[in-house]
Amino acid sequence: MEVRRDVFQAIADPTRRAILSLVMLQAMTPGAIAENFDSTRQTISKHIQILTECQLLKQEELGREIYYHFNAKKMKEITDWLSPFTKMWDTRFNKLESVMKKYKSK
Amino acid sequence: MEIKTKINADDGKQEIVITRQFDLPLELLFKAYTEPDLVEQWMGTKVLKLENKRHGGYQFETTDPKGNKYHFSGAIHNFVLNEKITRTFEFENMPFGVQLEFLVFEKLSNDTSKLTMHTLYETGAQRDQMLKMGMTQGINMAHNRLEEIVKQIK
Repeated sequence: MEVRRDVFQAIADPTRRAILSLVMLQAMTPGAIAENFDSTRQTISKHIQILTECQLLKQEELGREIYYHFNAKKMKEITDWLSPFTKMWDTRFNKLESVMKKYKSK
Repeated sequence: MEIKTKINADDGKQEIVITRQFDLPLELLFKAYTEPDLVEQWMGTKVLKLENKRHGGYQFETTDPKGNKYHFSGAIHNFVLNEKITRTFEFENMPFGVQLEFLVFEKLSNDTSKLTMHTLYETGAQRDQMLKMGMTQGINMAHNRLEEIVKQIK
């Protein structure tokens, strides 16, 4: 069995990000997703597989079709992970800006 | 409040790119990196050494509330006034290794400027560890800020 993929690896790829933004709007079948891309269906289905392995997409069987849903909860985990680091630098740079504005007006 | 800082950390890579636009002329933004007393003010660190020149070096020191001292240091590889600083960065006695930093300063208009900070880590794992530590620091900073505000209210 393949090791479960890292969620960051999943969103590092532009095609996979495009797939996510499509599925964000509505649940879709692999065929419907693939229609939006020039790549082969096999390529797209590999991307879908990666996104599913790291839980960014959820599968749901409806009749004979499989629909993919966007898993917002998992996405939030990612943004939460990076945002404190961004916040830390933003606070630091805000400080730089205010220190330098004060320095300028001296 | 709006976050003006953008961080790019693509997975599987060992780099981080931080960009930020400042409401400051280029020369002032650059000065914030070269004048020790200004660095001390915005970084919140003590500047032990800052030789912004080719083959120069720097060392900063921070002290936590318990009195523990931490040192950050590196070598200045190249220095181009108002344009670029290439340097190494090391959080001494920490397992994050040495990073290579490219700081690029750009003029946007007479009153605005942009900083791009490109950091390369030795491994992707070290980068991720640093990001996770950033998370902890971010939380600590928020707490400290809260403490300061609470003290002012008293």
